[in-house]
Amino acid sequence: MDTTHSSPPGADGTERVLQQHFDATIARDQRIEPRDWMPEGYRKTLIRQIAQHAHSEIIGMQPEGEWITRAPSLRRKAILFAKVQDEAGHGLYLYSAAETLGADRADLTERLIEGRQKYSSIFNYPTLSFADVGVIGWFVDGAAICNQVPLCRSSYGPYARAMVRICKEESFHQRQGYELLMTMMRGTPAQREMVQDAVNRWWWPSLMMFGPPDDSSPNSAQSMAWKIKRHSNDELRQRFVDMTVPQAEKLGVTLPDPELRWNEERGHHDFGTPDWDELMRVIKGDGPCNAQRMERRRSAHEEGAWVREAATAHAAKQAARERKGAVA
Amino acid sequence: MSDDHVYLTLAEGHEDDTRWAYGTGFEDPLHGVDTTVPDGVDACELADLCVSLADDALVSAQRLAEWTTRAPELEEEVALANIGLDLLGQARLLYSRAGQVDGTGRGEDAFAYFRDAGDFRNVRLAELPNGDFAFSIVRLLVLSTWRLAHFERLTVHRDPVLAAIAAKGVKELAYHRQYAAEWAVRLGDGTDESHRRMRRAQEQVAPYLGELFTAYDVRDEVVAVLRQVTEAAGLPMPVFRPLPGSGRTGEHTEHLAPLLAELQGVARAHPEAAW
Repeated sequence: MDTTHSSPPGADGTERVLQQHFDATIARDQRIEPRDWMPEGYRKTLIRQIAQHAHSEIIGMQPEGEWITRAPSLRRKAILFAKVQDEAGHGLYLYSAAETLGADRADLTERLIEGRQKYSSIFNYPTLSFADVGVIGWFVDGAAICNQVPLCRSSYGPYARAMVRICKEESFHQRQGYELLMTMMRGTPAQREMVQDAVNRWWWPSLMMFGPPDDSSPNSAQSMAWKIKRHSNDELRQRFVDMTVPQAEKLGVTLPDPELRWNEERGHHDFGTPDWDELMRVIKGDGPCNAQRMERRRSAHEEGAWVREAATAHAAKQAARERKGAVA
Repeated sequence: MSDDHVYLTLAEGHEDDTRWAYGTGFEDPLHGVDTTVPDGVDACELADLCVSLADDALVSAQRLAEWTTRAPELEEEVALANIGLDLLGQARLLYSRAGQVDGTGRGEDAFAYFRDAGDFRNVRLAELPNGDFAFSIVRLLVLSTWRLAHFERLTVHRDPVLAAIAAKGVKELAYHRQYAAEWAVRLGDGTDESHRRMRRAQEQVAPYLGELFTAYDVRDEVVAVLRQVTEAAGLPMPVFRPLPGSGRTGEHTEHLAPLLAELQGVARAHPEAAW
């Protein structure tokens, strides 16, 4: 898809003028739309970010999806089933947003399966009990909301609009997760232990979801300048901590950070430093479940190849039959 | 949308539970409905009917849930989950109705989690492992066609609760059948491989078709639909091969017990827990 040809009104078509028009649009906080001219770097950055986001939704179905068949009540089964289905839906609209930039879903899927594109490192941790379903909703969806709500104002129109809908659903998931935990905390001692154990395991990986600290985040500055990204990693991480601490108190669980305390002067919570070496190891592929997650995605894709081929073949035959019918 | 809007509202300290979509004390899915059993309706028969239809739905939903993250395309992830959720919803309403009329007052979870395989009344076709996509589609086509024919009749059942559950289910099942039929045609017509897989799936379901047609006479309707779909798909009409026994009387294949072990494991490990 060639989207570089549409010239803004009054432009003489030179790259410099197009660039000025683009810069002015960004400066006015207006949206860039698929047919607008955009710098190649902007397009590539967006494709990478949206694809990575789409992959995260799809891989993110796995850790919780494992518990649909084991959910301990029919109500929880329905909630979880619907949540995981929502994630497939998010993946779909994000791949569609990437396609407005000239990317192709099948190609992006290949890149994921070949390990050439990443997904969120959080999904490389295992789900060991049903409490993990609640904690993922509370922490992981909560962190995703912190990251994604600002993206509703992203400069690229289709991405920003997709994010509005996604954020609404994520916020619903976050409440469902928290509500499960509230119910479990009112339950048996074993249930309360399950919740605390899940909190202990997911807290630090959740803080890592915001990415490396600002001083070692290579792509952030350009993304902020293009208004693809609106807040720095550390800013968002701080918001997440500040939002989660009172929720943890209300729930009656302990967040596993001895350095966590309110700082009156800053008006924020101070907290410990996540293990950045661990984040790097997980990103590079050495997390507890990287191989398993990729293998599931790969095998679903490969085992589905004959189905997709059949659908394509049927569509072609059908079109041919219709052409023949039209001629006759 | 304001930048902080969504998560600030989450962090606010609401004290009441009304913000939770389903409430936190959600117990009775038929809340507010007149659940008196009408005169002249045999409560035991009604309960048995509800349980068998609920078991078909729950076991089918469990198999559909197993497709999650394994479907051939993202659209199929969404669609199969949709169908699974519809069936799960039907199961919940039917179990609740059964618990009200059988005199035990049992809730939906007592039926789903605390009965053993021998107490389940689902047809055996529902419990067979998923196999490949062709098998799952052939099974879905048969079961949704059969269930839709039943539900259409049940919309005029003398029990108004069952009639209402059926009326809701008819719309859902019509979509399930449509989805399965479209895929049956694509796969039957598509490639040599997909055609071969569909033929094999038809062979595999054949022994389990006989038991579908004992309780109610919906056979002619089901056969008519299957004939139309198989013709469009370039497939032969499935054979109805009889197999002794019936899931309706608690005789199951070796596949049901492991399915239930997975479904019931967490609930049974914590029998005192509320979720």
